[in-house]
Amino acid sequence: MNVALFIPCFVNELYPHVAMATAELLEGYGLNVDYPLAQSCCGQPLSNNGDSQGACDAARRFTGVFKDYDYIVSPSGSCTAYVKHHYPWYIADDADFQAMQPRVYEIVEFLQDVLKVDRLPKPVYFPHPVSIHQSCHGLRELGHAAPSELMIPYHSRLERILQLVDGVDVRLPERRDECCGFGGTFSVDEPEVSVAMGEDRVAQHEATGAEYIVGADPSCLMHMGGIIRHHGKAIRPLHIVEILTGRGGAA
Amino acid sequence: MKNDNIKHAAAAAAFLQDREQARWHDSAIWWVRQKRDAQAKQLPEWEQLRALAQQIKAHTLSRLDEYLEQFQRNAEANGVTVHWAADAAEHNRIVHGILAAAGVKKLVKSKSMLTEECGLNPYLEQRGIAVIDTDLGERIVQLRHEPPSHIVMPAIHLKKEHISELFHKELGTEAGNNDPTYLTHAARANLREHFLSAGAGLTGVNFAIAETGGVVVCTNEGNADLGTALPAIHIASMGLEKIVPRLEHLGVFTRLLARSAIGSPITTYTSHFQQARPGGQMHIVIVDNGRSDILGSDDFYQSLRCIRCGACMNTCPVYRRSTGHSYSYIIPGPIGSTLGPSRDIKKHGSMAFACTTCGSCSNVCPVKINLHEQLILQRKRAFDAGTLKAAKKMGLLAMRFLTRHPSLMDAGGKLMRKVVPIVPQALTQHSAWSRPGRELPQMPAQSFKEMWQARKENKQ
Ligand code: SF4
Repeated sequence: MNVALFIPCFVNELYPHVAMATAELLEGYGLNVDYPLAQSCCGQPLSNNGDSQGACDAARRFTGVFKDYDYIVSPSGSCTAYVKHHYPWYIADDADFQAMQPRVYEIVEFLQDVLKVDRLPKPVYFPHPVSIHQSCHGLRELGHAAPSELMIPYHSRLERILQLVDGVDVRLPERRDECCGFGGTFSVDEPEVSVAMGEDRVAQHEATGAEYIVGADPSCLMHMGGIIRHHGKAIRPLHIVEILTGRGGAA
Repeated sequence: MKNDNIKHAAAAAAFLQDREQARWHDSAIWWVRQKRDAQAKQLPEWEQLRALAQQIKAHTLSRLDEYLEQFQRNAEANGVTVHWAADAAEHNRIVHGILAAAGVKKLVKSKSMLTEECGLNPYLEQRGIAVIDTDLGERIVQLRHEPPSHIVMPAIHLKKEHISELFHKELGTEAGNNDPTYLTHAARANLREHFLSAGAGLTGVNFAIAETGGVVVCTNEGNADLGTALPAIHIASMGLEKIVPRLEHLGVFTRLLARSAIGSPITTYTSHFQQARPGGQMHIVIVDNGRSDILGSDDFYQSLRCIRCGACMNTCPVYRRSTGHSYSYIIPGPIGSTLGPSRDIKKHGSMAFACTTCGSCSNVCPVKINLHEQLILQRKRAFDAGTLKAAKKMGLLAMRFLTRHPSLMDAGGKLMRKVVPIVPQALTQHSAWSRPGRELPQMPAQSFKEMWQARKENKQ
């Protein structure tokens, strides 16, 4: 099985250890992992600002780079959701895209639905309280968990995968899935609202008594991390793959 | 009327300066969202109801012309006068015509965002007709000479202390008496006089039923009933999307409406108006005002399914932290941020950017409008209409270019990682990212691409 890593542009630059943990996790399950060097931004910032031409070019480019792999896996719920569910706005008729679309996965989805894992490559002991951060696009567009608005049976991929980790104490914040306020370019278009939302979110995670905020989207963790550092708070954002590879807390 | 030059980001930043008031606003409205959740949870068929409501509305919109004509025929058979208004100006002219013909000097009004949309109050006031809003919340904002900040709870931005002060000034209540019951009674006594002396009553319409020609108004205060029962003339103003085909469809919507809006199983009053009372008149004004343009749009016609429950506002994390007054269009929040730009992309296009695209609105919406996607699609229109700020447009074009040239993007990324750590904080702290209290990420020495390539070489 050939798996391509789709590493969002800002993760490549700012969170290389998250990308590396993703690669190691997949390799740990014996997969052949490649990182196509020609990849660049998926185009979400262009689309979110109304640049359809730019978004369309980016979508075609992405499809060209990734179409021949068996699976395309990413440590970002938002970028995955964008490729899977918004590319059709621009290139719905593209046969290569149509063939590729069902093979694009967010990492936790991939572990659970494709690999159907029931253990981690290496046993992990993580004796800390963690507060789950449901990022919006993973939650509402990929179905990472049951959104609080919908009256459907509860489920949560992050909680399920954390059952494979020894010693971890999983907690949920009040308002279990309210947006952290990042929102891509929203974070700089409306910085005051963005930060107000982030401060509230961080406070709710803190109130659980958790030492870590655990999520599957580096962008939300970056935003909350910036607020945490500004206020010198003790709680730390952590990407789920960092825990699953046993690197949690080291970073 | 609303100042439509408001820019959301700036207005919201001003609102957030008083963090305590902002927190209170957020929690007060979140509480309504929680009430909605609790009510929705009690119905095992909630998600089916939403799907059904969506389908009924979608079907109706697909044959809107037929249902509107059927509605008109049946209403006229009941003795109701039906008027058609192409736009706000025509709506106001029609209403004024009806009032002038009967020599009406005072109009009592209830439950009508449509008349706000049309600017009816100032139009009539300029022509010597007094207009009294009779929903408590609408009355409060009317006395304050400001627009409603929410479509269901028009005065939700105010605390009881504000209202006490206002009523002391306007209605002569005791200074400093903040007791809600006392204040409500004072408003009620004042409104009673207006109900008794008004020459006509105007209501909005929640649902218009094609097969009966009747209209339905859902309220909690009973003011629509007083306002139509006391004066001899009843005018009902409705947007042309308010139609449902049959009476049996109504139950689907009344079950969803109050639960979604305020988290109660049903509104206190669900009033059916079918014909004028003996000796009276009943008029229905059916208003287009841009709606048929929306109906003709592949991307936005779904917004016409809206039943104005306000749930999308209550759940919106941006709305709760900015108030309805930060939005330029008369309808704020998610639904307003698609309806406003549909109406005028140049004026209201920026509303579509006041959104993190979290998608909570689309999930609470009882008629399943794809609200957060509509906002992204409105941004396309804003981009194409050339309304983006020059700096933003430049940034996007640069991004477009870099996306096509990953090696340049790598070079740029590397530069950023090297430079940011040595730039004095004094320079970065004024950036939009850092200004409100958010540090830049720590810059790693290597990108993942560099690490990956090094790792490969080591392996070989
Ligand atoms: S868009 Fe949906 S949630 Fe918002 S007011 Fe309309 S019906 Fe209610």
